[in-house]
Amino acid sequence: MLTQRQVRLAWLLVLPTLLVVVLVAGYPLAQVFYWSLFKADIAFVEPPEFVGLENYVFLLQDPDFRQALWNTLKFTVISVSLETILGLAIALVIHSNFRGRGLVRAAILIPWAIPTVVSAKMWQWMLHDVYGVVNVLGVKLGLLSQKVAFLARPELILPSIIAVDVWKTTPFMALLLLAGLQLIPEELYEAASIDGATRWQQFWTITLPLLTPALVVALIFRTLDALRVFDVIFVMSGANPATRSLAIYNRQTLIDFQDLGYGSAISVAILALIFVFVLLYMRTIGREALR
Amino acid sequence: MKALWRALNRGLFYLLVVFIVVYSVFPFYWAVISSFKPSDALFSPDPSFLPLPFTLDHHKNVFLQANFGRNLLNSLIVAGGATLLSLALGVLAAYALGRLPFPPKNAVLYIVLAMTMFPQISVLGGLFMLLRQTGLFNTHLGLILTYLLFTLPFTVWVLVGYFRGLPRELEEAAYVDGATPLQTLLRVMLPLTGPGLVTTGLLAFIAAWNEYLFALTFTVGDAVKTVPPAIASFGGATPFEIPWGSIMAASVVVTVPLVVLVLIFQGRIVAGLTAGAVKG
Repeated sequence: MLTQRQVRLAWLLVLPTLLVVVLVAGYPLAQVFYWSLFKADIAFVEPPEFVGLENYVFLLQDPDFRQALWNTLKFTVISVSLETILGLAIALVIHSNFRGRGLVRAAILIPWAIPTVVSAKMWQWMLHDVYGVVNVLGVKLGLLSQKVAFLARPELILPSIIAVDVWKTTPFMALLLLAGLQLIPEELYEAASIDGATRWQQFWTITLPLLTPALVVALIFRTLDALRVFDVIFVMSGANPATRSLAIYNRQTLIDFQDLGYGSAISVAILALIFVFVLLYMRTIGREALR
Repeated sequence: MKALWRALNRGLFYLLVVFIVVYSVFPFYWAVISSFKPSDALFSPDPSFLPLPFTLDHHKNVFLQANFGRNLLNSLIVAGGATLLSLALGVLAAYALGRLPFPPKNAVLYIVLAMTMFPQISVLGGLFMLLRQTGLFNTHLGLILTYLLFTLPFTVWVLVGYFRGLPRELEEAAYVDGATPLQTLLRVMLPLTGPGLVTTGLLAFIAAWNEYLFALTFTVGDAVKTVPPAIASFGGATPFEIPWGSIMAASVVVTVPLVVLVLIFQGRIVAGLTAGAVKG
């Protein structure tokens, strides 16, 4: 039977991928859940001791965890909102017909392609308190009354980091939204013009409602990414408690403090947070894609 | 009056276009020219917007003083290895999931989809211990295997879409000619997915090339360390003296190949990105 042979072949072909999934995701994840119930160090210098849910109880009272959660949420909400608005504006510009739109599309791909570590370093240099081009130009153009230590003043660090993230990831948002815009039939706009609708009215009654699915997907995508942020914050301000994200606090606990038990509990907490968004994502687009 | 209004509108629109281009490109441009300026021009209160005077000192420094050449080679090995391995495994799985009768298809697709959104940090501790126990800590192979966590699911997901888009008749013709399913995959279907392989391969390569968290955590010293953690920890002779010229030179060296790739394949990349997201 051809079909039976095909099923057997299918299993054979999927098997290596499933093995990899078990090896790099399933097994380590099971370890993380398991050790979150222990008091243990990652090198097992002391024998591990079963403590039940003690790590989770501690997590709920840990001010450092709460601060990291708050930093992460602040970062996520502000950066994703800015990226959405800017991304939509850029997508609308590229979507309209004009000479040189290919050039614009190529230009916005540059921030996307640059490694996050590199973009953080580039901006650190641009934001340098004395020689940074932002300060030099800002003072010259009269936008700043004097040079600003963007990365040293506590109230300016997070906004600076967010600015870098917005620069780096807005292109991705713009491209997803552009793909959504291209799905809207041109005839709708023609009909609306004949009926005398202004551009502004067309945006609110045609573009925005029909773009909503693409917008939702892009938002969830970016939110998931922002919730697990590590690179940009760690490169720009290290493990500084005022800006460190959940991922940074988690790595610090596990690797720098070698605290396997509590570190694993934090990992589980991050996973739970992300899981809620993944479920949301699956409900929105997963079903359709699996048809 | 109306013509004036339209001209004004047009002008404002192009101003916006110019703003978008400058905003996107200027930081990279600034990094490039900074890497070519001698230190005294770099640390000047009135910096020039052209790389004048011009020097290659920082680029030479990066390769002569730091282990940057080693880091670059490591990045190439790790990103290349992860890409090839994900493509090889991904093609097989995607063919089975996209074209063959496979009962637990949806369950596997759900696992793959969930993994594309998996937070790397949540398995950091588990992978750290696994690599230590298996002796793969601080090896290229160890890093390549952990990178499959994010390159493989994405590859499978996008390639399933490519396989589904191919016409049924091709397969049937091959079967009629007496080909086995495996021969059909290798001789008939695989050549047709060429564009899909290029797109997913590029995206996997870029993701692996840019990865930081695992590279930082699973390597010690420069033997295996890739470029991102190396650049992040670039130091000067003293902790107070940050070698911005060299950092910019290193940044430019790792980024230029990516930018070139992206500009050449921009259509493909945009299609791949949106296929990965919009369609799932």
